[in-house]
Amino acid sequence: MGTAKPREIRLSTTPTPEALAALKLGDVVYLDGLLYTAREGVYMRALEGKANIPMELPRDSATNFHCSPAARINADGSFEMGAVTATASFRFAKWLPEWFAKTGTKLVIGKGGMTSKDYKSYFVPNGAIYLSTVGYGTGALLGRGIEKVEAVHWNEELGLAQAMWVIKCNKMGPFIVASDMNGDCLFERENAKIAKNLDRVYEGTRPATLKRFGETDDKSEELI
Amino acid sequence: MISIDLIQKTAETLMDKAAIEIPDDYLEGLKGAASVEDGDLSSFVLKAMLENYEAAKEDRRAMCGDTGTPRWYVKMGNETQIEGGPIALETALRRATSNATNGVPLRPNRVHPLWRTDHNNNVGIGAPEIEYGYEPGGEWIDLITVHKGGLFGTDYRMLFPSDGIQGIKRFYLDSLVAFGKRGLACQPAIIGIGLGGCKDTCMVLGKRAACLRTVGDRNSDPKIAELELELKDLGNSIGMGAMGFVGKSMVIDTHIEVGYCHTGGMQMSVHAFCLSSRRAVARVFADGRVEFRTDPDWFTDYQRRETVEWELPSQEKSA
Repeated sequence: MGTAKPREIRLSTTPTPEALAALKLGDVVYLDGLLYTAREGVYMRALEGKANIPMELPRDSATNFHCSPAARINADGSFEMGAVTATASFRFAKWLPEWFAKTGTKLVIGKGGMTSKDYKSYFVPNGAIYLSTVGYGTGALLGRGIEKVEAVHWNEELGLAQAMWVIKCNKMGPFIVASDMNGDCLFERENAKIAKNLDRVYEGTRPATLKRFGETDDKSEELI
Repeated sequence: MISIDLIQKTAETLMDKAAIEIPDDYLEGLKGAASVEDGDLSSFVLKAMLENYEAAKEDRRAMCGDTGTPRWYVKMGNETQIEGGPIALETALRRATSNATNGVPLRPNRVHPLWRTDHNNNVGIGAPEIEYGYEPGGEWIDLITVHKGGLFGTDYRMLFPSDGIQGIKRFYLDSLVAFGKRGLACQPAIIGIGLGGCKDTCMVLGKRAACLRTVGDRNSDPKIAELELELKDLGNSIGMGAMGFVGKSMVIDTHIEVGYCHTGGMQMSVHAFCLSSRRAVARVFADGRVEFRTDPDWFTDYQRRETVEWELPSQEKSA
């Protein structure tokens, strides 16, 4: 087992600029406060459909989780939320600049991170950080960090998986800091280290005889 | 005759077990990987996953929030009769899927591809998939549910006989590296490889190799078994671990299934079954007995048969 233990930090879902500036790539974070889920359904409805966002942002929350929970709405209107796990964030890049401008988001939580280009061009200017979930699939652990499901918005329009869930967290985690205020990217740092070894691993293998359009053979490419 | 109510009740229990309880063979495999992992971040991730499995079982909550796309593999002995016939069986499995989605709860992942219609119950056109297999002899039904996750970790390449093992290794590495970056494949995983068949059957073989065989199980062809181990080691030598961080745990096991293919080709598919390898199995008998297990035991000698005829066990022949 690895010996160096990552730093553990408690962070508010409406964090101060100082708290965000102190975060380092690879730090482990636990969250307190309100967060909301928003993915393609919410982005399309709010940004392309120009629907009014049913929360006061960033006053209520500055944390956007790319997530759909395993949850149900009971007959009496109460909620049952079991596990929560992120979905891959790279495909939401096109909506994020406008989302930042509209909502003042400071923390984006998801799976797999974005590119350093995304971080430098719109995370850093908005003073925002990307947190990655761990695993992926520590859904049960994250579920334990739910103090209360406050509300679900747009369930009628978007369905349970795409709806905007508002969750009150109490030490929800673990999450890993995957971007910083320089716009550096944890995953790119790791990929660069791994890429050095790839020529050796690939030695003696045979590339595809039949090529396909739209693909690459450059192993150092980020592919997202 | 097997009771349809018992089938539905058992299927609901299986949905719950698959979502919540990590199968022992995978858990032991992951513990083994965690014990040799020396990448700091990878090591932290594996420890968190091991804690997560415990939390899921203690709280009876799904281990991952993405509870995958539930599907059914159904296998029957040659003498099996089901109350209400195959239509009742399919209805029971659709009901169990819907009830468990609301009950556990699972994430209602299944939507219409174009209209994004969500029935909030994981049931819709072609969902859940129900696939069938048969065995010579016996009056029982195996209900196997697999909730494979995710959008990433699966790919197909048409190889040719001249590409040989070097071509197989190349596509295997290409798939692991591409989907392993940033951990999109949710590794370390059980990797299934389909070789041969036609394009569709090649995908089916690879998916079944990943989802219907347990960690440590080897193909009955000794040379394929050897290749499985070689590919497992190759995957773990990439230098990539959990979440795509520097490490050595990419693959918990590699399984290969083959099917006869067109003489000019060597179809290949690669499938990664994620960190939450959701599978659960039960055998239901006509006398009302139900035996739960986690090994689907799908690939019997009969499933891998090469011959025209298959001799039935003598008992069944005389019956």
